[in-house]
Formats: sequence, C-alpha cells, structure tokens
Amino acid sequence: MAKITVNFERCKGCGLCATSCPKKIVALQKEKRNPKGYFTAICTDDSACIGCAMCAMMCPDCAIVVEK
Amino acid sequence: MAVVFDRPKALCDVPMHYCPGCTHGIIHRLVAEVIDEMGIEGDTIGVCPVGCSVMAYDYFGCDMIEAPHGRAPAVATGAKRAKPDSFVFTYQGDGDLAAIGTAETVHVATRGENIVVIFVNNTTYGMTGGQMAPTTLPGQITQTTPFGRDTSVQGFPIRVCEMLSTLDGTALAQRVSVDTVPHIREAKKAIRKGFENQKEKRGFSIIEVLSTCPTNWGMSPVEALDRLRAEMMPYYPLGVYKDTSVKEEK
Amino acid sequence: MERSLMKGNEALAEAALRAGCKCFFGYPITPQTEISAYLAKKMAKAGGLFLQAESEVAAINMVLGASGTGTRVMTSSSSPGISLKSEGISYIAGSDLPCVIINVQRGGPGLGGIQPSQADYWQATKGLGHGDFHVIVYAPASVQEMVDMVINAFDKADEYRMPAMILADGLLGQMMEPVTFPEIKQKNSEKTWAADGHKNKRKHNIINSLYLQPDVLENSVVERYKRYDTIQENETDAENYLCEDADIVLCAFGATARVAKSAVNQAREKGIKAGLFRPKTLWPFPVNEINEAVKNAKTVLTVEMSMGQMIDDVKLAINCSKPVEFFGRTGGIIPTPTEILAEIEKLGGAK
Repeated sequence: MAKITVNFERCKGCGLCATSCPKKIVALQKEKRNPKGYFTAICTDDSACIGCAMCAMMCPDCAIVVEK
Repeated sequence: MAVVFDRPKALCDVPMHYCPGCTHGIIHRLVAEVIDEMGIEGDTIGVCPVGCSVMAYDYFGCDMIEAPHGRAPAVATGAKRAKPDSFVFTYQGDGDLAAIGTAETVHVATRGENIVVIFVNNTTYGMTGGQMAPTTLPGQITQTTPFGRDTSVQGFPIRVCEMLSTLDGTALAQRVSVDTVPHIREAKKAIRKGFENQKEKRGFSIIEVLSTCPTNWGMSPVEALDRLRAEMMPYYPLGVYKDTSVKEEK
Repeated sequence: MERSLMKGNEALAEAALRAGCKCFFGYPITPQTEISAYLAKKMAKAGGLFLQAESEVAAINMVLGASGTGTRVMTSSSSPGISLKSEGISYIAGSDLPCVIINVQRGGPGLGGIQPSQADYWQATKGLGHGDFHVIVYAPASVQEMVDMVINAFDKADEYRMPAMILADGLLGQMMEPVTFPEIKQKNSEKTWAADGHKNKRKHNIINSLYLQPDVLENSVVERYKRYDTIQENETDAENYLCEDADIVLCAFGATARVAKSAVNQAREKGIKAGLFRPKTLWPFPVNEINEAVKNAKTVLTVEMSMGQMIDDVKLAINCSKPVEFFGRTGGIIPTPTEILAEIEKLGGAK
C-alpha cells in the first residue's frame, strides 16, 4: 500500500515526476487547470504505486507527498 | 500508512517563483534536507545571490542575508568570521559566482573560509532573460550570443571546480547534477559533505550543481534535462575534483 | 584619564577597539594604512577579528555580512577605495545595517594623489551610492575628535541602524597630538533583527534590500527618511568661534578649519572682525547652528581643500541670505593662514 498526493495549487505541470516514475503511473492530467493555469500531475493507478518517492525527489516544487 | 517523503522543515512552506521544471527547487530542497538531517537550522546563516535565486531568503527557514551581485562569498566571510560557530552557506548562480564575483570566489576558496558554496551552473543568466554566462558553452545561442558563443570573440567557458581545486584552501570541490534520481542522491551526499567539512573546520567547500533553464533555453523541462546530459556533462564532467577529507581518513 | 601622544589614524583605531568594534575588514591604501596596521596587531588580542580583504569591494561586503549578524564592525579606506565601496554602502543602508566607515581623504579624481583633500564632501554627504539614502558624516578636526567621533559613530550607527562615516583627511590621519581616551559606557543594544542563527526560538530573520513591489519599496524608503528627520533634529553638531560680532564668518571643516582659525586670529590682530563656523557633522548639516553663527555677518567665506563642495550646503542652509564667497586649494595642497587672510582682506574684511 502506497500513495502519492500532489499539491494541486503548487504543481507547475513540468512533468519531471512522470519521467522518473519506474511504474510509469505518474502523468499530467488534461482536464483541470490549477489557479496558475497548469495541468497538474496525478497518479493514474493508485494500486500500482510502490511508494519509492522518485517522483517526489524529482519535483522542483516539493508538491508531492508520499505515504507508504 | 506513514509519510515517507515530504517537504523538509528547513524549506519554508511557500510557493517558489521559479519557472516550471527549473531545477533550483530540487537543489533548494537538498540543502534544506541536509540542514534538517544535521539539525542545524537554528545555527545556519544562508547568503543569497543576485540572479534567479535572489529571493531564496523567503524559501530557507534559517536566517538569511541577501548579498550584492557576486559578493555572496564576501558577505558569507563577514558572517562566518563574526559568528565562527554558525554554519554559513551561499547559494549562487554562474553569472554571480564566475563572472562578477570571480575575485570573491577565488579568494574565499584560497582563504580556506569554512563555508559551503552551492554553485548552480545552468550556462545562462536566467533572471535577466538568457544572456551569455561565463559557463555558456561554445556555440550556445543566448540573447547576447545570437549566433552562438564564438570562442574567438567571447572566449571560453570557465570550469569552476577544476579551477578552485588547485587552491590549497579548498577542502571539497565536487560537480554533481540533479537530472536523475541517482544523481540527486549523489548531489545531496556532496552537500552533506560540505556542511560536515564546515563542522570539522576543514576549509572551503564548493558543490557545483549542473542545472537547467528550460525557459531561456527554449525547451520543455524534459528536453532541458536531455540537453544537460548531452551537452553540459561532456564539457563539465561530474566528479570529485578535490576532497581533503579522504586523505584525512587514510 | 590616560593621556598619550598618538597619530590620528592609530588613535582612531584604538578608539574603535575601545568602542567594542569586533570585526575590521580593510584593504591597503594610502593615507589610511596605519588604521589597518594598528588593528592587525591589536584586534586579535582584544578578542576581535582583523581580516585583509582581496579588494575594497570585498571588504565592504564582509562588513555587510558581519553587521548582518549584529556584530560591531568597521572598515577604512581613502577616496578611490570609498568609490569602490559605494555599492556595498548602498546595500548596507538599504538593509538598515549599522557600521562605521572611515575615509581618510586624498586628492582626486582618479588615482589623484596621496596628499590631504576634502574633495569627497559631495560623495560623503550626497552621493555615496545609488538610491535614496544618507549616512551620518562626522568631520573631525583633531586627533582627539578622531577618537571621540568614532566612539559616537558606533553608538549612532546602532541607534539609527545605518552606516556612519568619519570623513577625515590625510593631514589628520598622519599628524600626532596628545589624546585622551574617554571612559566608555557600553550600551547594551539588543539587535533583535540580526541574522545570527535563530536557535529554533524565533522566525528567521532576513537581511535584505530588495523590494520588487514599488509601494513596499517606497514605504521602506519613507520609513528611513522619517529616521533621517529625527537625526537632522537631534544629531547636528558644530563649533562656533568668535562669530557673535563677526563681520566675516569663515566656514570650514576638518583640518582646513584649523588653518582657518589661525587666519581668523591673525585677522582679529589686524582689527578685522572675523569668526569661524565649523560643522562637526556634515550630514546632517548644522543648519540652525550656521544661521545663528552668521546672523550678524555681512559675508560668509567658505574655505575648503577642494574646488568648492560644502559651499553648496552653506548657501542652502542660509538660503543665500548673505554673499557666500569661496577660497580653496586642491590636489593635496593645504591652504595657508596667510592665503586665507589675504582672501579675507580682499573681501575688505566685509567692512
């Protein structure tokens, strides 16, 4: 059991998290822009998350909290 | 479930002004993580430069001093000499450290000043809109080298770690990168070593971090990391250029 | 009270030590070098820190760093070096940091010469860097005043959180006079704003002069100018010599005032009613004091070791209510009493 929580307000949609996810389950969503106008990162498959925190380590804005 | 990764305490819980994908944020976090792990926030004084990270004083939880352009090493010297028991670090970009502040950089190193310099090299002046920096690569197009840096006109880039490693006052000169998770881990270890050197009064530590500037490079954040690997790393090889703590351990 | 015979520069350095100066950052330049040399020898023994910087630019920024931690700090230089320091002085003023800066003036512009000069008056009082700001400027005229003023400068810099400058010259720096060191009452001013490590007991302190919002920047400058108003009210100082019945009042500061005083005495011997007004603070300029000093005079004669800089402030201070004449030598030449007397006589002794 592991999960990531992306801070919707803080995420700038740079996509660096997505490049680092070994499970390829972090991506930028295309539905809702945050107040700054960015499409933010989401986890596309919560059940597959292993809580490795590689997405969070790559995030320049400290916008990802990881639980395990 | 328990939280296994969150913002370090020494990094203030405020939005940062950096462009999307700019690696300043990662480097800030690594410094803050080291401060947290060593439990030294209350004894640390940070010095900010002029450049993109000019407002880093709002981001670090420790006491902060904002320096004039290029003068962070001199300001840090003043703070460290006045308060020798505190931990002092500067956070500087390439224009600040290797152009206008070259004299201060060389002399803080040769004095063996017990401080840590975090040197962010992204081969451009980001804050002013992407002009040629002392680290701009040959052929690189910037606002002030619109046809590419011509070494017969603008000369050659400066390799700061190599240069400072020749000085006796330097305890640690290491070049790292934050383009991948393994490199981020290595970068953090280097920063930690810098602060440990300060604790052990070993002398001057510089950690040069290869960084990106997606906005002024005209690339996506992901493409910018590709460029860092393909173009910057061959010119600025990662590695330890000097580490006096190794000799000490033997 | 101990009395000793000392060189101006060394007496000033000793006074700084006694005033609790804990850090000194400098760079060699004539004619202020004895200050550095003295402190290099004595600072460590007094539990302080002396460091020779790689440039004047670095030295003033070391001052910024040390002052930012709440430490009493000083730097000294001479004219060309002060020009280099002006960037840092602007930042220090903009960051509301106290420090003491010594300028033992020499002739300019450019590399100029190494003989005494007062041609940095404008620089000290009006142009010590970019932006709206002032520093408190003291003008000693004796070795004793080098001592008294530097002690006062540290206190006032702390009190108003701003740089204070001693505007001396090569003559005062190099000459020897008997001097008495006063008993110093250490004022315990707690610097709650200092960036000296928050020890997990308070929010982080930030030393900064950057305000990107125009209204915030304006407010910070306006706040500083309110402090300047208080300083103008409370901190002016001047000497008034035989001005009461004078037809002609000479106005001079620093070493020049000593020569001018001799000229006044010689004029009096000849039956000319001359007097001397000597500002001891150049910023704030002693406006009320000079108006009082010249109230019965017909003419004012400003004497300076420059082509005429303080004369602007004299005219402004008295609102051009009297004719203000000028006599000066520059390039490192010290005017003689005879020359000044001739000038007084040329002006008809203002008869």
